[in-house]
Formats: sequence, C-alpha cells, structure tokens
Amino acid sequence: MTISQTVFRAAMMDAAIDVPEGLLDGQGNPAGRRFSVYRNNVAVSLTESLETGFPVIAKLLGDANFKPIAGIYLRQSPPQAPVMMHYGADFPNFLRTFEPIKHLAYLGDVAEIELALRRAYHAADATPIAPDALAQIAPERLPAVTFTFAPAMEIVPSQWPIYDLWAYNMIEGAPKPQAIAQDVIVLRAEFDPEPHPLPPGGAAFLTAMIQGATLGDAAERATEIAEDFDLGALLGLLLSNAAITKITYEEQQ
Amino acid sequence: MLDAPSHFPALPCKPGVGYKPQHFAEIMENADPVGWLEIHAENYMGMGGRPLAQLRHLTEKFPISVHGVGLSIGGEAPLDPEHLARLKHLVSWLNPTVFSEHLAWSTHDGSYFNDLLPLPYTKATLTRVADHIDQLQNTIGRQMMLENPSSYLAFAESTWSEPDFLREVANRSGCGLLLDVNNVFVSATNLEYDPRDYIAEYPLDKVGEIHLGGHDEDEDDHGKPLLIDSHGAAIVDPVWALLDHTLELSGPRPILIEWDTDVPEWPVLANEAQRAATALTKVPAA
Repeated sequence: MTISQTVFRAAMMDAAIDVPEGLLDGQGNPAGRRFSVYRNNVAVSLTESLETGFPVIAKLLGDANFKPIAGIYLRQSPPQAPVMMHYGADFPNFLRTFEPIKHLAYLGDVAEIELALRRAYHAADATPIAPDALAQIAPERLPAVTFTFAPAMEIVPSQWPIYDLWAYNMIEGAPKPQAIAQDVIVLRAEFDPEPHPLPPGGAAFLTAMIQGATLGDAAERATEIAEDFDLGALLGLLLSNAAITKITYEEQQ
Repeated sequence: MLDAPSHFPALPCKPGVGYKPQHFAEIMENADPVGWLEIHAENYMGMGGRPLAQLRHLTEKFPISVHGVGLSIGGEAPLDPEHLARLKHLVSWLNPTVFSEHLAWSTHDGSYFNDLLPLPYTKATLTRVADHIDQLQNTIGRQMMLENPSSYLAFAESTWSEPDFLREVANRSGCGLLLDVNNVFVSATNLEYDPRDYIAEYPLDKVGEIHLGGHDEDEDDHGKPLLIDSHGAAIVDPVWALLDHTLELSGPRPILIEWDTDVPEWPVLANEAQRAATALTKVPAA
C-alpha cells in the first residue's frame, strides 16, 4: 500500500486523523506516536517562526494565548513558499478577523509594524542622497522636487496608538500608550530597521510623495490634514535615516 | 545527467560550521579551527540588508557551502519553478564551493511545512528523486550532494535499503552524497539496527561532506528510545565514535558542525569544531 503525501499531510496537520497504516517502528509494529514527531516538528517550528516574527503580538497576547492562536493560524495558513522570512504576511488580517480576539482591534496594525520591520530588514540596499543635498537646492525650487525612496521604507497607517504599543513592549522604559491614533514609518538607516511615529499629516505627505507628487503638492496635502504640519522635522527624519535615494527636479519651461 | 566535467570543486577536509549571524565578528576575527562555512540557502533569499552584506564579506574569506532546506526534492509534485529560480540566483552570484539538499519532501499542494518529511524507498520514489535532482543540477549548472535523513519510522512499502537507494539515486543523477553521521545514529537507534552496518553499506566514495549535530532524546509508545534530530545540543560521544569509525573507512572528509536552535556562544561551537579537527588528524590522508 502506498501512502500518498496527501494522506501523510492530512494526518500530520490534524491529530484527530489516524496515523496512516503502513508506517512502522523498527520491529514492524505500527509507528504510533513516532508519527507525532512530524506533527510536533511542523507545529513547533511554524509557531516559533511566528513568535520570532511577531514578538510584540506574542507579548500582547501572552504565551498561553499566542501558542494556540498560532496553532490555528499555521494550520489555516501554512507557508506558501520555503522562504520563511516571508511567513505570516496575512497574520495581521487573521488577527483582525479571528472572533475570540476581535475586540483587540489594534493587534492587526501592530502586527503590520512587525511585518514591515521584517520586510525592511531584507529589502534591497540603496545609496541615500547626501544629508545636505536638499540644502543645496535653491529655496524657490524646492516645491517642484520629487523624491525616490529607499526600498526599506514602509508606512503603516493606523487609528490606534500602534507606535506606543510597539515601543512599550520592545523598549525598556518606554511610556504607557496614549489613547491616540498613530501612523508609523519604518526606516533602515543601515541594517537595523526601526519604527518611528509620524506626526499628523505625515502619512498623507509620504503617500503623495511615493506616488510621485512634488514636495509642494505633498506638503499642501499634509497641511490640509494638520495645519501645523512640520515639514522640516519630517525631512530631517528621512535624511538621517537614509530614506531618500534620489531628488528629481524638473527644469521650469 | 549533468553535462559537466567529472571533477567538481571540493570543500577542504577541515571542520566547518553552520553560519549564524551572531558569530559574524568572531568568525571574521579568528575562525580557528574552522576552515569553511555552511549557510541555509533560504535565509539568503532576501533582496539586501545585513544577511547579504555579511555573506559578501564571508565569501571573500571562506569557502561557502550552500545547504538547501526547502526544495522538497522528494515531493510528489514537480519542483517549484520559483524556488528553483531563487536557488539559481543565489548560486550564480555567490558561486559557492558546493551545494547540497535533503532526501525528503517539505512542500505539498502549495503548502510548505518547514520540516524534512520521510519517503518510502520504492522504484517510483527513486525515479522521481533522480529526475528532480537532474532538474536542479541542470538549473544551477553544477553537481549537488544529497543528504541522508533522520528517520523516526519506516514505510512498509519500501523495497530498497536507504544506503542502496542513495547509491542508486547518485548513479542515476550524477549527484554526490552528504553523509550526516548524527542522522545515521538517530535512525539506527530509532529503527533498531547497527549504525556501523549502515556505514558499511553506504557508498562512501561519493561522500563530499559529513554533517554532525546534536539530537534530543524521547521515547515511543513502548518506552523504547526515540531520538529526535534537533541541531540544538552538543554532539554526543557515540556520534563522535561513529565519526571516527566512518573516517577510518572513508578517509578525511570536510566535517560540518550543525547547531541551529539554542545556538551557543562562538567558543562552544569552535570547541566542537576542534573535536572534529582532532578526529581528522587521526585519519591518514587519502
């Protein structure tokens, strides 16, 4: 009798299904709990990779909740490719829709930060512009420039205090989360990506710039949202974290 | 069969270690007695950042062995063309000394299980594995080595012994073999045979690399020992003894220390490598 990989897989992923017949121990007896080695290896290794990839979610849920939740997720969404650095791309959506924790509505967005950090860690390298490159441009020309951003830059918008939640769980001595909405930007100055809270209007500014808007238009978009939008502070953050790789300036006709 | 010259580049007959990023500074400073490094292919499939930057430094100083853990060579379905392309890309830019993979399956129906799953040793499996290796070797343009698995159970349907099966796969595909001595010890304990019989049957002339690692101890339903390949502990004395026995028969080979979980500080790993170096000094050069 041939044991197909479909049959093996089904029993491996669901302990309620009998161990396939035709699997033996050294004496020719049914393999019994020896089969559990595979059940355990798969569940433990995928749970550990979720724990490594989502340390803040693991802390927020606590071990007693995280492990069973990860166990449900990994059976419903096993990796789709053997490159584990990408595993968990739909974990945020799972957290948002999994009924027993739906009331923890911020979890999905916090998980998005953790995914963005992982993507940024493995993102392509890019040479940033010199820190004084913007200062070299005549002030009257600045509104017309456009930017190209480093592949490691990521924006995570949220209605929840996701930066505070992340920091409170990852940085010793970080203050307790405030009850505010926070958008987050992930930047990688060299090799270690870090999240930063964006000021109101910041996400709108960056989204516009990413889509190719000029600095003037994008800043206007931001001030529509937040009158006191501080363009200089945000540009400083981008420049000091190697986020801008190219400035383009179109000559006026 | 791979269209390539019959002489393939080889690792030095010294100890190597499975590379872990936390050891980067110490390895670059003084890797003694380690003479080469092994990386898991799938950890270096990102676009950039620290992993690739470190690898570019390491490859200037050390021969690199690329060890794939996710191709699912024993899978019933065709090999994943996207993963083949990723392997081809890595091997092209890095130009490692050797490439190896496992006699196992790990992907089915679009899902990847992050574990090395067992195969029955039948004619159908043999044909499939040899074809898949042929396809991989043609894709990456070089020979690969195939590693023997750790077994926790056996398939009633198997008609070949594992060493015979591996010999035949190597003959048909032209691949080399990677002999994991800890896996032999684990399988022999679990399936109740003498690991020396396995080594005696193994085509040692095809072995281009030896693996050593730690395992965990459990027991089965009948209270018999059930060893689990974990790569998370020191190598036990009986495995060192089996290495000595193997080297007596095979002559010197490159020996890798694998430690992938609960990774220790560098001196602990270097000490295991030193023990492998000592084992090699006891063997007359081939």
